[in-house]
Amino acid sequence: MAAPETSGAVRESYAIRTVDLVKRYRTTTALDGLTMTVGHGEVFGFLGPNGAGKTTAVKLLLGLTRPTAGEAWVLGRPMGDRIARRRVGYLPELFRYQDWLTARELLALHCDLAGVPRAEQPAQITDTLELVGLARRARDRIGTFSKGMQQRIGLAVSLVGRPDLVFLDEPTSALDPVGRHDVREIIRTLRTRGTTVFLNSHLLTEVEQVCDRVAIIDAGRVIAMGTMDELRGRRDVVRLRLGGVGPGALETLRRYGDLEIESGSYTVTGLMPARVPALVTELVGLGCEIFAVEPRSQTLEDRFLELLGGSNGAAENRPPHPA
Amino acid sequence: MALLRIARLTLRETARRKLLIALVILTVIVALLTGWLFHKLYSLPCGEAPHLHRCTVATMDLAAATLLILLLFMFSFVLALGAAFVAAPSIATEIESGVLLSIATRPIRRSDILLGKWLGFAVLLALYGALAIALEMVILKVAMGYAPPHPVAAIAFIIAESLIVLTLAMLGSTRLSAITTGIIALALFGGAWLAGITGEVGQLFGNRTIENAGTVGSLIMPTDGLWRGAIYNLEPLAVILGQADLGQRAAANPFFVLSAPSPPYLLWALAWGLAVLGLALWSFQRREL
Repeated sequence: MAAPETSGAVRESYAIRTVDLVKRYRTTTALDGLTMTVGHGEVFGFLGPNGAGKTTAVKLLLGLTRPTAGEAWVLGRPMGDRIARRRVGYLPELFRYQDWLTARELLALHCDLAGVPRAEQPAQITDTLELVGLARRARDRIGTFSKGMQQRIGLAVSLVGRPDLVFLDEPTSALDPVGRHDVREIIRTLRTRGTTVFLNSHLLTEVEQVCDRVAIIDAGRVIAMGTMDELRGRRDVVRLRLGGVGPGALETLRRYGDLEIESGSYTVTGLMPARVPALVTELVGLGCEIFAVEPRSQTLEDRFLELLGGSNGAAENRPPHPA
Repeated sequence: MALLRIARLTLRETARRKLLIALVILTVIVALLTGWLFHKLYSLPCGEAPHLHRCTVATMDLAAATLLILLLFMFSFVLALGAAFVAAPSIATEIESGVLLSIATRPIRRSDILLGKWLGFAVLLALYGALAIALEMVILKVAMGYAPPHPVAAIAFIIAESLIVLTLAMLGSTRLSAITTGIIALALFGGAWLAGITGEVGQLFGNRTIENAGTVGSLIMPTDGLWRGAIYNLEPLAVILGQADLGQRAAANPFFVLSAPSPPYLLWALAWGLAVLGLALWSFQRREL
């Protein structure tokens, strides 16, 4: 199962690596040649519209389903490998747990199955329940929990055994704004511990706030992958709100880039952020009144919609956006 | 060990879901009722010889043996039904609900999950079967002074019968819905019983085709063959000899048998169980979750 172009050392330098992963069901293609890498310690956002193949990819990597074609490695071992799973945590999108167990008992079960030594379990269970905000409900049965609390306990389950890699599939789907904030904080805590987080989500703001790198998939293929800045695209657009603009100031503005004027607002395209202070100094020297200087970049949502519009739902593989 | 952890979890689930307590209460009620019935029967004047006030020991033993076989037929049915009820949803509903996702992604084998559940249910069925049937036998002994000739073997056969249903339902549960699996398991259990009677009717009328149909049925689903092993071990020698005198006509009574299941048949039942369990493991291993 070795890819000809990848040596063992290369594979192990990634937390996750997939090469042309394909998953077909009878009439549909869920994944159509997924190729991507996730580095160790990264918080990686896996974005895509509903039905893009996000959950299918996670299930393949965890060995819950088998690929139709292609290869993948998780923590240096073939996908689904039992030894690799020792270091992996998973919060499924469809989270359901034994509702007749208490929160503590559920975590004890998963500690046992994950191979956490008995002596370490009580402290680890207490810490994990504390982390997800369920310390007070430790002795209550899961069946009495609200949907949001069940998602929190699911998050706790994914964290027992202190995994090196955590798959979170839509981890905030049942949570209120406070819960969503808590999950973002937990993900940040995991990052400081060096844990790799694979975050499946269609919530762009969530991904934007916590992820180091992002892949956008559509119709089972990666249509863009890169750091948040790379994906957001152009960062060379600056909008200024000015008063007292004379012909000299206009000429200066044109020297710095393409100028667009719209009711007291001057947008300069082609102006890198590093050159903004020089422009401001010149404008002040020319007697301009400066009310606002706003570097504009695309939001992830703008970029996401642009990419999806471009891919048009087809399986056209786009190269990553240039850095 | 993951397998034993899953087995423990399975047993705990049956306790938490109040299955154990329900079984205990029902068994106590049945025990009280049968105790009362046995006692009443024992103190009745004998129909054959009212002037003696009491029947002969042989007549009472015959009555007691017949009652015990009928009672244990009910228990074997309850055990088979219980096996189908607990095993049919065990994998199917956990796949459907998503409970299995977080378990199957732990560093354990799929076989640990299936065998752990099987073991948990098997322990439950064996313990319940042994205790409930032993309780009935003790009550019978106290009330009527009768003990079957081979109680342990009889209990073992009845438990084995329920394990066959359990294994079949586990196989079904890896691919089919709980309801479908439950119905198939019980239909086969009932069908095997009918096949057993069919075979005997064939024997009674000397019709080889009907007899062979019965034999094929008992090979396809070995529950009835094992039930016959239980009956044989419950019958006092006098009953067997008395029935033997009736010749082929004895075969028409579904609650009496003239001979124990042959060793090759027992081996077949064992191989059947192992093969179906193996098939269940293979099926679950390949199942996409």
